Amino acid sequence: MTAVLEAAPERDPSAELLDELSGVSGRRRLKNVVMTALMGLSVAIIAVVLVLVLITVISKGWSIVSGQFPKWFTKDIQLSPRRPGPGMKAAIVGTIVVTATATLIAVPLGIAGAVYLNEYGKRNLFARILRFFTSVMAGVPSIIMGLFIYVFWVVPRGVAGLNGFSGALALACLMLPIVVRSTEEMLKLVPQNLRDASYALGANSSRTTLTVVIPKAAPGIISGALLAIARAAGETAPLIFTIGASKRTNWNVLDGTNTSLSLQIYGNAKESFVNAQERAWGAALTLIVLAVLFTIAARLLSARITRSSS
Amino acid sequence: MALTLTDLGGKKQAADRAFRGLTLAGGATILLILALIAYTITNKSSLIFRTEGLQFFTQKRWAPSAGKPVYGALSFIFGTAVTATIAILLAVPISLGLALFTTQVAPKWLKRPLVALTDMVAVVPSVVFGLWGIIFLAPKLVGFYENMHNWFGSWPVIGNLFGRASAGRTFMTAGLILAVMITPIITAIAREVIETTPQTDRDGALALGATRWEMITGAVIPHSAGGMVGGVMLGLGRAMGETIAAALVIGSSPVITANLFSAGDSLPSVIAFQWGEATSDEKRSALIAMGLTLFVLTLVVNFAATAIVGRAMRRMQGMS
Repeated sequence: MTAVLEAAPERDPSAELLDELSGVSGRRRLKNVVMTALMGLSVAIIAVVLVLVLITVISKGWSIVSGQFPKWFTKDIQLSPRRPGPGMKAAIVGTIVVTATATLIAVPLGIAGAVYLNEYGKRNLFARILRFFTSVMAGVPSIIMGLFIYVFWVVPRGVAGLNGFSGALALACLMLPIVVRSTEEMLKLVPQNLRDASYALGANSSRTTLTVVIPKAAPGIISGALLAIARAAGETAPLIFTIGASKRTNWNVLDGTNTSLSLQIYGNAKESFVNAQERAWGAALTLIVLAVLFTIAARLLSARITRSSS
Repeated sequence: MALTLTDLGGKKQAADRAFRGLTLAGGATILLILALIAYTITNKSSLIFRTEGLQFFTQKRWAPSAGKPVYGALSFIFGTAVTATIAILLAVPISLGLALFTTQVAPKWLKRPLVALTDMVAVVPSVVFGLWGIIFLAPKLVGFYENMHNWFGSWPVIGNLFGRASAGRTFMTAGLILAVMITPIITAIAREVIETTPQTDRDGALALGATRWEMITGAVIPHSAGGMVGGVMLGLGRAMGETIAAALVIGSSPVITANLFSAGDSLPSVIAFQWGEATSDEKRSALIAMGLTLFVLTLVVNFAATAIVGRAMRRMQGMS
């Protein structure tokens, strides 16, 4: 498939050459050059901003993370924002356990929803409505998910409701539509003749889905899930209302308040103390490294699936 | 389905139906959550609507700790509109430029890196943009705002937009950060719809002697305009709801002014910023009511965007 596309003339015959041949007026040529330059400029703007952000985070973050190594990863968070050190372990653990819990909730539900859309519902009315609302839900601001879980889940439980699990529920609401959409895209790529072959061997639809369709699409499904995880791990707004505030490591999502890297960045960025700001940069570097690792993993997997399907 | 031909026995059939039901339930969760969001948030907002009535939307005074507290959301709605407008005005040309450059200008080897560049912007968490904005960018922008004020401040009408900058944290700073954050989503959708332009349309334009830019305006843009509008609206929804980055750089002071260099506030930002201090039921209810307002606004925008993008994609796939 891709090979055919590559063989076709991907780029038009050089526009400059055409200009020469057809004797395009100077004004039209100038306009063409100016607009092309403006398009290039927009690329440059975004590249410069991204590089500036990354360089600032890496240089400021590295000095604190390496300066506090290994305490950054092994010690709890300094209680007083104005004092330096020592660690960020509580937030690293919090981010990992809360995001992992959210993943356990959102990914199976999302895959189930996508299987319904692609294998059963297809073009029927309910599936079309579901698809539409999945897109709409993907655009609901993350802060609304936080408010929703606060009202729906935290309030009935009182102070005990402020824990990692409530945060995970809010993040799961955020991840669900992303997982459904990316999984459905991947299921669509599974060739129909694999399903037909499975049916011909006497398998029913659930068996076909579980043993043929999902394994075939697995790398793509995992890649989509990893992107959703990277997105959720960086989210702050849903957690403000749901996981409380803590500076101690808490591995238990079901009991006790928790914290996350994103909350630590948010909280410390608001402080005017240099030590708090340094902690924010360190946490930002840690969070970006986590997010980038997940994204690279997703990219490698999706590269593998495009290679194997071509 | 065809499998009934082989008659798999009642037990297996039941398992099959159960599996189908399970997947249906997974999908239906989405509808359930959306319905629950609407119900619970409306329910919790009712307290403030009972005490303030519709004045909640029309009064600009926000004084939750006054002797007789006043809860007005107007300045936050205003701030949301202003920052989202700035973000869209800046992000749309950049995103379209980025998408057109990637698809129409860049040589083949450069396409992947360009797509990766845009995707990387989307990977940077919102709070990191906020941190960068508040500590790195905002202080540097004060001088720039001063210059803008000196140049344009005395001009009639538009001079009002460029008033004095009190500090680096302003409507403008929030708009700038939001613009960067919504660029990836607009670019991604623009790229997708541009790619559906039939090669024959583009070749035809070039064969008629069009320059590349004339080919873009004559063949590519008319073909993909519908989808692009939808993409821009998705970006708008994102800009309105983006919380943490805006909360950090907007300045958190509820005012209504034409001055873009003034500190301001927005719906999501005030909810995040004042939640910790909100101990009274009334104030919490007021903040949740702002969440409801935001939910309804983004829902309307997303409804329209999803419908537009969906229709454009279907139509274009039919054509090509």
